[in-house]
Amino acid sequence: MYDLSESTSPHVSVSSSRVNPAEMEPEFASGLLTWYGGIHRRRDLRMRGTLFLSLGLLWLFVFLALPTTGLIFLSLASRGNFGDLHWTWTLDNYRRLLGFGLFGWSPDYLVILARSLWVGLVTTVLCVLLGYPLTFFIATRGPRWRTWLLFLVMIPFWTNIVVRAYAWLFILSPALPPARIAAFFNFIPPGTALFPGSVATFLGMVSTFLPFMALPLYASIERLDWELLEAARDLYASSVQVFHWVILPQTRPGLTVGVILTFIPAMAMFVVTDLLGGSRYMLIGNLIQNQFGQGRDWPFGAALCLALMALTMVGLISYRRGGVRP
Amino acid sequence: MIVQRLVVAVVAIFSLFFLYVPSLSVVVFSVNQAKYGLVWKGFSWKWYTSLFHNQIILDVALNSLVVAVISTAVATLLGTALALGMDRFPWPKRLAAAMNFLVHLPVVTPDIILAAALVLCFSLLRQLVPGFEMGLMTLIIGHVTFQLSFVTLVVRSRLAALGRDIDEAARDLYASDFYLFSRVTLPLLAPGIIAGAMLAFTLSLDDFIISFFTHGPDSVTLPIYLYASIRRGISPEIHALSTLILLVTVFLVLLSERLARFRAG
Repeated sequence: MYDLSESTSPHVSVSSSRVNPAEMEPEFASGLLTWYGGIHRRRDLRMRGTLFLSLGLLWLFVFLALPTTGLIFLSLASRGNFGDLHWTWTLDNYRRLLGFGLFGWSPDYLVILARSLWVGLVTTVLCVLLGYPLTFFIATRGPRWRTWLLFLVMIPFWTNIVVRAYAWLFILSPALPPARIAAFFNFIPPGTALFPGSVATFLGMVSTFLPFMALPLYASIERLDWELLEAARDLYASSVQVFHWVILPQTRPGLTVGVILTFIPAMAMFVVTDLLGGSRYMLIGNLIQNQFGQGRDWPFGAALCLALMALTMVGLISYRRGGVRP
Repeated sequence: MIVQRLVVAVVAIFSLFFLYVPSLSVVVFSVNQAKYGLVWKGFSWKWYTSLFHNQIILDVALNSLVVAVISTAVATLLGTALALGMDRFPWPKRLAAAMNFLVHLPVVTPDIILAAALVLCFSLLRQLVPGFEMGLMTLIIGHVTFQLSFVTLVVRSRLAALGRDIDEAARDLYASDFYLFSRVTLPLLAPGIIAGAMLAFTLSLDDFIISFFTHGPDSVTLPIYLYASIRRGISPEIHALSTLILLVTVFLVLLSERLARFRAG
C-alpha cells in the first residue's frame, strides 16, 4: 500500500546517505549563496526556514524530547504512599530492578527482563524462518498472483493488534478443534482453553509480527538478481550455500528493517502477552503498564522504560556486530 | 530442487493460513445465530444490529474518528512544514543531524516508552495548567506526536526524490518565492503529503498502546473498548465488532493501493 521504499526504508537509509546540500553550494563573501536556483542571503533563508520548522520542532520538543528526558529524572525519584512523586534523587528503583528488595535478593524482575529478550529473539527468528519462504514464494508467482498475495500480507500488517489477539483467543477457546485435539492427546485437561501459556503467546506474537518481517523482506527479494541464483546452481552450490552467499547478502537491507520492526516491538509487547500469555508470561511491557496503571509506581515504571531502552540497544548492537553474519 | 520448491510453497501457504484462519473464523462466527459454542445455528445479522443499537459503541467509534481526523490534520500540516523546513534550507550539519535524530526517535523507540513519557508530560502540565485532564485533548496530542514523524519522513522522501532541478528551472523563468512554493513545490509534493496523511490516519485508528495510556474515562477509542470487552470474555458482539474493524482495514488498504497506483500514473 504505502510504497515500502517510502514508508519503511527512510528510517535506516535517509540519515546516512544524505549529503547536506549546504556543503555543495558555492558561497560568496557577502553572505550570499545560490540556493535552489535563486540567490539569497543566508540569514534570510535561515529566518524563513525557522518559520517552517518552528511549530513542528516545538511540538516534538515539548511532547517528545522533554518528557523522554524527564523519564530519566523520574526513574531517580521515589514514590509516596499514595502514588505521589517525591523528587529525591535515589537509585532505589534500579536496585529494585536488579532484585534487591526489602526481603533480600530475588531475581523476579531480572527473569522478566531476560524473558522479554528471549521472547523478542524467538519471535524474530521464527518470523525470519517463515518470512523467507513466504516472500520467496510470492516473488516467484506471476504478476497477477503476486499482487493478490502481497495484498494478503498487507491486510494483517494493518489490522489492529487487539483484533488479531482476540482472534487467537477465540480459535484457542475450549469449544474449538485445536483445544479439543490437545485435550484428546492429554496435553491439557478437557474443557480448558489453550491459553494462557507459552504456545498461545508465541502463536499470537509470530502471527502479529510475520507481516512486519515479510513486507520489508519482500521489498528486497523482489529486487533479487535471479541470474546470480542460477549461476550459483550451475556451479553446484548447495541450497544452504545459495542462501548464504547469494540470497542473504542481497536481502540484508530488507532483513534489517524487518528485524528492527519485529524485535523492538516484540520485546515491549504487552497486548498479546496480557491476553494470551497470562500472568506467568509477563514481559517488561506488562510490567511497565502495571506501574503506570494500577500499580501507580511511576518512578519504577520509568526505570523499567530505561531498562527496555537499554535492552533494545543491546539487541540492535549485537545484531549489527554480526549476530547473523557468517 | 523440486523438493525445495515444495517446501517453500508448503511453508508459504501454511504461513498464510496461519495469518488468516483465526480472523476468518471470527468473521464466520460473527454471523452465527448461536451465542455459545461451535454449533452452527444458522445465518443471522443480529449481533451487528445489536452493535448498531449500542449507544456506547457508537460514541466510542465517533471518538476514534474525531481523534483520527483532527490529529491527522494537525500532523499533516506540521509534518509537511517540518519536512520542508529541514530539507529546503541551508542548516549547519550539526543542527540537521540533531533534527534528524529527533524526527527518527518515535520510529525506533518502543511505543510503550513514548506512552510513559506522555503520561509524565501530561501530569506535569496538569500541575501548570489547572483543568488539563486526560481526555480527547491528550489523546489527540499523543497521536500527533508519533504521526508527526511518520508524515515528516514520508514527505521528506518525496522531497528528496524531487531534487532541485525543477526549482532551478522555475527560478530561471523568474518565478517569485511565493509562486515557486504554491505553484511548483506544493503540487509536486501533493502525492507525498497525501500518502503521509493516509499513513497518519491509519496509524491513529490502529493505535492501541499510546491511546491506552493517554485516554481519559470519557475518551475511549475503539481498540481500547474492544480490549476492555475482551477481558470480560468471548462473545458474538465482539466477533461482529472485530469483523467490522477488519473490513475497514481491508477498505483502507485497497484505497491506498489505488491511490499509490494513481500516483505512479
